[in-house]
Amino acid sequence: MDKSQSIPRWLPRRESFLGQVLHRFFKHKLAVAGLGILVLLGLVSILAPVLTPYGYDQQNVALMGQPRSPSSQHWMGTDELGRDSFTRVLYGARVSLRVGLLSALVATLLGTLVGALAGFYGHWVDPLLMRFTDVMLSIPLLPLVILLSGILHPSVALLVGIIGGLGWMSTARIVRGQFLKLRSAEYVEAIRALGGSNNRIMFRHILPNTVGPIVVATTLSVGNAILLESALSFLGLGVQPPTPTWGNLLNAAQGWLSQAPWLALFPGLFILITVLAINFLGDGLRDALDPRL
Amino acid sequence: MSVRFVFLRVLGILPLLLGVSLILFAVLHLAPGGPLDVYADNPSVSQEALREMKVALGLDKPLPIQYLAWVGAFMRGQWGYSYRTGDPVVQDIASRIPATLALGGTAFLLSLLIAIPLGILSAVRRYSALDHAVTFTSFLGISMPVFWLALMLQLLFAVYLHWLPSAGMVTIGDGSLVDRLKHLALPASILAVASVAGWSRYVRSSMTDILSQDFVRTARAKGLSERIVIYRHALRNALIPVITVVALDFATILSGAVITETIFAWPGMGRLFIDSMNGRDYPVLMGLMMLGSFALVLTNFLTDLIYALVDPRISYG
Repeated sequence: MDKSQSIPRWLPRRESFLGQVLHRFFKHKLAVAGLGILVLLGLVSILAPVLTPYGYDQQNVALMGQPRSPSSQHWMGTDELGRDSFTRVLYGARVSLRVGLLSALVATLLGTLVGALAGFYGHWVDPLLMRFTDVMLSIPLLPLVILLSGILHPSVALLVGIIGGLGWMSTARIVRGQFLKLRSAEYVEAIRALGGSNNRIMFRHILPNTVGPIVVATTLSVGNAILLESALSFLGLGVQPPTPTWGNLLNAAQGWLSQAPWLALFPGLFILITVLAINFLGDGLRDALDPRL
Repeated sequence: MSVRFVFLRVLGILPLLLGVSLILFAVLHLAPGGPLDVYADNPSVSQEALREMKVALGLDKPLPIQYLAWVGAFMRGQWGYSYRTGDPVVQDIASRIPATLALGGTAFLLSLLIAIPLGILSAVRRYSALDHAVTFTSFLGISMPVFWLALMLQLLFAVYLHWLPSAGMVTIGDGSLVDRLKHLALPASILAVASVAGWSRYVRSSMTDILSQDFVRTARAKGLSERIVIYRHALRNALIPVITVVALDFATILSGAVITETIFAWPGMGRLFIDSMNGRDYPVLMGLMMLGSFALVLTNFLTDLIYALVDPRISYG
């Protein structure tokens, strides 16, 4: 079968850089599927108010008392307070996806900054920042995140700060390596000779050449952030009810596990599918952006 | 590998641990209230006595002095007293170590026994249906919210099939080996999921690299059987980089026990951590965090040593 048939016509020409990247990306079927699933999930969570007639904390008094199994009115059943589970899973997607995306963004910005400064300036800046990175990597991540959330009782915004603020180290190492390699490249010397300032060299000329690895690292850290947030909320230390997230829905479902397994089934399935899609997307992006691997 | 290298490497651990302790001390001071909060709510403890205790414990001193005192006490093994039980922190933690090591050790062995053969098979039959299946499954494992998988397996094996107990370490009144193994099966498997997924991919890529090298072709050209080529020549070399990943993950497995132990009511350090978290028991939390960091730094160090011992091409100064 001709492989090129599966690659959309509207793509840029194969000869351009972007064209090459997109062609490689579209060869990775699972990555394309992952992207599709993520777009769908994003749409579904944004359109939640249109897709479901119920509010996420709207209770049906007639159904209160104990969970009801899935039916044609309530696709994923209702919980013990008479709330529609499908609605809560959709609204949960909003919080879970937002926390995942924003934390990954925070981690990437911090990691890029630290890595760029360390790799570019060397001298005392590099050892200082890298030893700090080593120290941060020496504290077990999951317990530290749990400890901070337990002490600070974070809002969603602070939770993003905690997860992102503790997830920048691997990005910093990657970016530092790239900067070390490129800072003595001939084209950088040329810009320096032309009078380009340090900031200009760092952010206009070196940074664009490190975008590939950064994009891949960011994508994968979205998945990890979603897993971390759901684990925290599952333990009752993350986002607090009544705001639904996939993690705290599972926390609530744990007590009804044998009577109402559907309450636990769906939120977890959504976490799994989302993170799986993100990891396939990351794998595809790695193939597309870094053909050497 | 020289004695000098080992010595320097050990010396490098100290500033790392000092940095960790500085950060954890800062976190501790984010916590609302101080070490005397337990007494502050007690109506029979007067303000006068509270102030005297503050002076006696050195809590009126500036923070840097307090930090030095804390580090000094910590190094002498005085980790304070649990707010909840009143016992020394060291004693509370020590009593939980065997359970966690049993769980983590089993998960570790289980992961090795599954991941290495899977990785080899995958690499040897690259691009076969089996390889694709293994790759897909390992992606599933990496993406799995383990606490959810734990709930689902509890449901399947304990609630529906009644094959395995849903929680705990032993049935009261039954201390037999079979009973203990039955209790261990679910939590150890859950704890192993992530590492099996990660390691099998790693073994596969390492093995693939080695199989394309010249010495493997030479071995085949000599007429050696495929068995010997793969197990005696390729595998030994392929496992060297795997050692680092596997060793480093041991600490990760232990910290993953925080969630697994909570779900399965396993009386180890992870559950102690969550119980202490819910009871705001900061001395115990701090002790556990320091111990966890120490384990992480130590495995890092041991990994370097093992790596140098196994691979003669590596020589550190």
